[in-house]
Amino acid sequence: MSSKRSVRTRQSRVSAKHALRFLALGYLLLLLGIPVGLVFFNAFQDGVGAAWDAVSTPEAQHAFYLTMVMVAVAVPLNTIFGVLCALAIVRQRFGGRAVLNAIVDLPFAVSPVVVGLALLLVYGRRDGWVGEWFSEHGIQIIFSTPGMILATMFVSLPFVVREVIPVLREIGTEQEQAAATLGAGPLQTFFRVTLPAIRWGVAYGIVLTTARALGEFGAVSVVSGKLSGQTETATLFVENRFQRFDETGAYAASVVLALLALVTLLAMNVIKPKEGQG
Amino acid sequence: MSIVVDSVSKRFGDFQALNDVSLEVRDGSLTALLGPSGGGKSTLLRVIAGLETPDSGKVVIAGEDATAKPPQRRNVGFVFQHYAAFKHMTVRKNVAFGLTIRKRPQDEIDGRVNELLELVHLDGFADRYPSQLSGGQRQRMALARALAVQPRVLLLDEPFGALDATVRKELRLWLRRLHDEVHVTTVFVTHDQEEAMEVAEQIVVLNHGTIEQVGAPRDLYEKPANEFVMRFVGPVSELSGRFIRPHDVEILLERTDGAAEATIDRVVHLGFEVRIELSLGDGESTWVQTTRGKAEELELDEGQTVWLRPEVEPVSV
Repeated sequence: MSSKRSVRTRQSRVSAKHALRFLALGYLLLLLGIPVGLVFFNAFQDGVGAAWDAVSTPEAQHAFYLTMVMVAVAVPLNTIFGVLCALAIVRQRFGGRAVLNAIVDLPFAVSPVVVGLALLLVYGRRDGWVGEWFSEHGIQIIFSTPGMILATMFVSLPFVVREVIPVLREIGTEQEQAAATLGAGPLQTFFRVTLPAIRWGVAYGIVLTTARALGEFGAVSVVSGKLSGQTETATLFVENRFQRFDETGAYAASVVLALLALVTLLAMNVIKPKEGQG
Repeated sequence: MSIVVDSVSKRFGDFQALNDVSLEVRDGSLTALLGPSGGGKSTLLRVIAGLETPDSGKVVIAGEDATAKPPQRRNVGFVFQHYAAFKHMTVRKNVAFGLTIRKRPQDEIDGRVNELLELVHLDGFADRYPSQLSGGQRQRMALARALAVQPRVLLLDEPFGALDATVRKELRLWLRRLHDEVHVTTVFVTHDQEEAMEVAEQIVVLNHGTIEQVGAPRDLYEKPANEFVMRFVGPVSELSGRFIRPHDVEILLERTDGAAEATIDRVVHLGFEVRIELSLGDGESTWVQTTRGKAEELELDEGQTVWLRPEVEPVSV
C-alpha cells in the first residue's frame, strides 16, 4: 500500500521534472532556436558559395571591420571605466554614490534610438552643444566613426559595472586589508588581490559588453549616416542588404554576426574557473 | 617592539567605540584585549594596525609615531577572524605575499616560506588552495603569512572565533608556544575570558570604549578593579549584598559569627566540582562551588540548613 503510493509519488515527480524540461526547452526553441535556425537555413539556401560571396564584398568586409573597431575601442574603455565605477560605488562613501549607481543603469532603460538622438544634440555639427567646436577643430563626430564609437560605448556601458558590483560586495574588504598590512600599496593591492578576486565578474562583463557592442543597431544607426563602405557597421549592413532585397547577403552577414557572438560566449566557457580555485 | 596607545578616541556615527584609551604593551609580551562585543577591543586593535584612523590620540610603535602612517608602512602582522585568505593563491603564494611585495630574491622567499610552513605545521600543503584547507589550517596559514614579513608586532582579531571548540583549544596552546619561540610582541582580541587567561601574560579589559583594568590574569581574577571585571573574568555569587567568587565561600554546619544562614535548595554534581544552590534568610538565592570530597565530608543534602562564611574579603557594590 505505502510502497505503491511511493511509486506513484515518484512517478508523478519524474513526470513533473520532464514537464519542466519540456517547457523550458520548448520555450527556448520557439523563441530562439527556430528563428536563428531559419536565419542559417536562409543564408545557405543558394549554397555556401553564394553566402560567402555576399559577405566578402568590399562593403561587407568594411562593415565587419568597422564593427570590430567599435568592439576594440568600446570594450576596453567600458571595462576600465566599469571596474573603476564599481569600485567607487562599492568601496567608497560619497554623496553622489546612489545617483551614480542609478545613472549607470540609464543605458538599460533608455531606447538606443533616444541615445542616438541625444548624441546628435551634443555633437551635431551645426546645432550640437559642443559639435561646432569639434567641427572647427577638424574633428567630425557625427556621421563618422567617433560618434558611432560613442553610441556603442553608451549602450554597452552598464554590463561590466553590473557584473562586478555583486562580486566586489561578496569578497568584502578583508583580503584587501590583509594585503595592506602585508605591505602592499593601493595599486599592488588592486592588481594582486582585488582584480584576481573579481576576474570572473569582469570576464563575464566583457563577454556581455562585446556581445552588445557587436549587435548594436539603433543608436549607431542614428549617428552613422549609413554611408555604405564608410559608416556602415555589420548590423547596418544587414539592414541595408535586407532593404535592397538581397536576402542572401542579409542572412549571411547575420550568420557571421551570430557566430561572432557565439565564439565570445564559448570563449567565456572555455576560460571559466576550475572547481575549487575560484 | 613596544606599543603605546595615547588617549585614542574613535567614533562611528553616534557610537563611541573608543573613549580616551591609553595603553602600553611591553616589548615581547603577549597581551589579550578582553571584553564584550561592542566594547571597543577590535577597534583598538585596528587602530594600532592602521586599519582605522583614530579621531584623536596617538599610536606609537617601537618608539616611532605611527598615527599618520598607512597600514602598509607600519610593518605589523594582522590576523583576521575569518582568515582573509587570498583565495586565488596557493598556500605558498599566500605566505610569500609580503615578501613578494618587498621584491625579495626568489630563493630567499622560498627558504623563508618553507621555514614558516614547517613552523605552522603546513609543510606538505604548500600547493593547495585555501578552499582545500580546514578552518584551523587556514588560520595557521594566515598566521604564517603575517609572520613572513617579520613584523614588529603581531595583532590577532578574534583569531579562533570562527573555529570549533576542540581546534580552538589546540590553537590557543599552540599560539602560546609559538610566542615562546618567536618572541614577537603580540596582541590578540577575544571575548572569551578563559582564552585570555590561558594564553595571555597581560589582559586588558575593555568595556563601552574604555579600559576597565589592565593586569596579569591572576590579578584580574583575584583583585578585580570593579564589579564589571569581576563578573567578566570569572563566576560570581552574591552574599549579603556583596560579590564573591563562589569557591571562596566556606560552608559551615553550625551557627558561627559573621556567617549567613542558608537552606540548601539543590546539590548539583558536575564531576570534580559540586555546585550548591541555596536560599538565604532574606529570601535571596545564591550559589557556592565546592569539591566532591568536601560535599561528601559535610554530607550536604537538599533541605539542610547551613551557614556561609566568606573565605576572602568580598567586593562591595
